Amino acid sequence: MIAQATTATITTNPIVRRRVRANRIIASLSVAATGAGLFLLAWILGYLLFKGFTTLSLALFTMDTPPPGSAGGLKNAIIGSLMITGVGIAFATPIGILAGTFLIEYGRGSKLAELIRFVNDMLVSAPSIIIGLFVYQVVVAPMHHFSAWAGAIALGIIALPIIVRTTQDMLQLVPDALREAAYALGAPKWRVIVVVSYRAAFQGMLTGVLLAVARISGETAPLLFTALSNPSWTTNMSSPMATLPVVIYKFAGAPYADWQNLAWAGALLITFSVLILNVVARSFAPRTRN
Amino acid sequence: MTPVAMTSANHSRGGAHPGRLGNILFGGSAWIFGILVLILLLAVMISLVIGAAPAFSEFGISFVWTEVWNPVKDHYGALSPLYGTLITSIIAMVIGVPVSLGIAIFLTELCPNYLKRPISTAVELLAAVPSIIYGMWGLFVLAPLMQKYIEPFLIGTVGHVIVLGDLFQGPPYGIGLFTAGLILSAMVLPYMVSIMRDVFETVPPQLRESAYGLGATTWEVVRSVVLPYSRVGVIGAFMLALGRALGETMAVTFVVGNSYHIAKSILAPGSTISASLANEFAEADGLQLSSLLALGFLLFVLTFSVIGVARLMLMRLQKRYG
Repeated sequence: MIAQATTATITTNPIVRRRVRANRIIASLSVAATGAGLFLLAWILGYLLFKGFTTLSLALFTMDTPPPGSAGGLKNAIIGSLMITGVGIAFATPIGILAGTFLIEYGRGSKLAELIRFVNDMLVSAPSIIIGLFVYQVVVAPMHHFSAWAGAIALGIIALPIIVRTTQDMLQLVPDALREAAYALGAPKWRVIVVVSYRAAFQGMLTGVLLAVARISGETAPLLFTALSNPSWTTNMSSPMATLPVVIYKFAGAPYADWQNLAWAGALLITFSVLILNVVARSFAPRTRN
Repeated sequence: MTPVAMTSANHSRGGAHPGRLGNILFGGSAWIFGILVLILLLAVMISLVIGAAPAFSEFGISFVWTEVWNPVKDHYGALSPLYGTLITSIIAMVIGVPVSLGIAIFLTELCPNYLKRPISTAVELLAAVPSIIYGMWGLFVLAPLMQKYIEPFLIGTVGHVIVLGDLFQGPPYGIGLFTAGLILSAMVLPYMVSIMRDVFETVPPQLRESAYGLGATTWEVVRSVVLPYSRVGVIGAFMLALGRALGETMAVTFVVGNSYHIAKSILAPGSTISASLANEFAEADGLQLSSLLALGFLLFVLTFSVIGVARLMLMRLQKRYG
C-alpha cells in the first residue's frame, strides 16, 4: 500500500520527482566515489603483488644491493631500515610519552599546554621533507657527513608528535576517579601516573607507537638528506646507510630492469609490512566509536 | 589501630614526603619534553632561516618571483617550483574535494552498518600506503595511461574550449603537473574522508532525524543540515589536506617531470619545491644549497600557515562540541 502511494506521488508531483531524482544522482555519485577509492587501493596493492612477487625470494634477504647487471638482494637495505627505524622510535617513544603526560597530567587546561598541543598538532601534519632539511642543518652539516644517526633522529622527530598526540588522547580517556582513588591511598603523583594512568591507557599508547613505526618506516624524503644510502653492508650508525625506501627510490628511477625488479620487491615488502602493522595497531586500539 | 595510623601519617607529613624526589624528576622531565615540542618548531624555523640567508642576501626578496634555476651560472629563483607546488596542490584539491565528500557522505548517510567498518579500514589503509609507492605506481602505471589515453582525450576535447583550453595543450608526455596533481589527489583523499566522517558524526542525531521527519531526502539532509552544521570542520579538513599536498614529496618527484620552465599548459612537465629538494639537495653545495634551503623555508611558511589555520578551525570546533 505505502509503496504504491509513494510511487504514485513521485510520478505525479513534479517537485517531489525532482527532489528524488537529485537525491538519486548524489547517492549514486557518492557510491561511485567510494567505489573509485576502493578500486584504487585494490589496483595499487594488486599491481604491487603482481610486480613484486616474482622477485620475492630468499636471495632478497641474504644478498646486498647489487651493481646493475648482477644478482643481488636487499639485505643491507632491510637491516638499515630496521636499525634506523628502531633507533628513531627508541628516541621518540619516551620523549613523546612524557610530553603527552605533561599535557594531560600536569598542564591540563593551562595556556602552555594549549599552545604545546596546538604546535604538536601542526607538527603531526608537517611535511617530512622539512624535518629532513632541519636535521641536515643541525646534524649533518656540523658533522660534515651523512650518517644513519641523522636518519634515525629525523625519523624520531617525525614519530614524536604522533606519539604525543595518541598519548594525550588516551590519557584523557582515563577517568579521574581512578586517579583520585590512587591519591586517596597516599600514592605520590608520579606513582599514580605510572601505575594507574599508564596502565589504563596502555593499549591506546601502544597503538600510537605502532602507528608511528608504520608511518616512519615508509618515509623516504627525510632520509635522502640524512642517512643517504650505502651500496655495501654496514651496521655502523655513523656512516651513511642504505634503507628500503631510499633504495626503492634509487632503483625504481634507474633504467635497469633488474634494479626495477628489486625496487618492486622492496615496495611489496614495505607496503605489506606497513599495512599489517597498521591493522595490528588498530586491533589494540580501544574502540571509542561505533 | 587508628592512633597508630594517624601518627604515621602525621610523621610522614612532617618529614620527607614519600615520592617527592620521584615527583620532581618525573614531573620535571615531562615538563622539559613538553617544552621540547615547542622548541622543535622554533628550531626548525630558525635553522631554515639561517640556511636560506645566503640565498636571500644574494638575490634579495625577488628570489621568490624569479623564474630561473641555473646551477651553471649559479643563479636561482623560486618562481617555477613555487608555481608547480601551488598548481599541483590546486589540481589535487579540485579532484579530491568532491570525491572525498562523496565517500564521507556514503560512509555517514548511506552505508549499511556492516560495511562501515571494512570501508573505513580500507580508506585508512589508503592513507597508510607509503608515498613512494604512490610515486612508483604513478610512474609505471598511471603515467603511461595518461600519455596514451587520458591526455590525448583532454587535448582533443577540453583543449578546444576557449581560455580553459590553454591549460590542456601540447604533446602528451604522461608525466607533468597534471599527473602529479592526480596522484596527490589520491594521496590526500583518505585524510579528508576520515576527518570529514568524524566531523559529520558530531551532528546531533535529533537535527538529522527531524529533517528526515519533515520528509527531506538524504541529499537535502546533507546539504541543509549536516554541511551547515559541520562547515568549520569540513573546511578545516580541506585545509589540512591542502597542507599535505603542498609538502608531499616522493609521490610527486617521480611524475612531475623536473623542468624549471613554467609552461601555460598543466600537461607540461614542471617542478615542485619538494621535488627540487629531493632531486638536488644531497649533491648541492654553496649558493645552490642555500637556494634549496630557501625553497624549504618558503615551503615551511606555506604549509605551516595553511596547517595552522586548519588546526585552529578544528580546535574551535572541538571546543564547541567536545
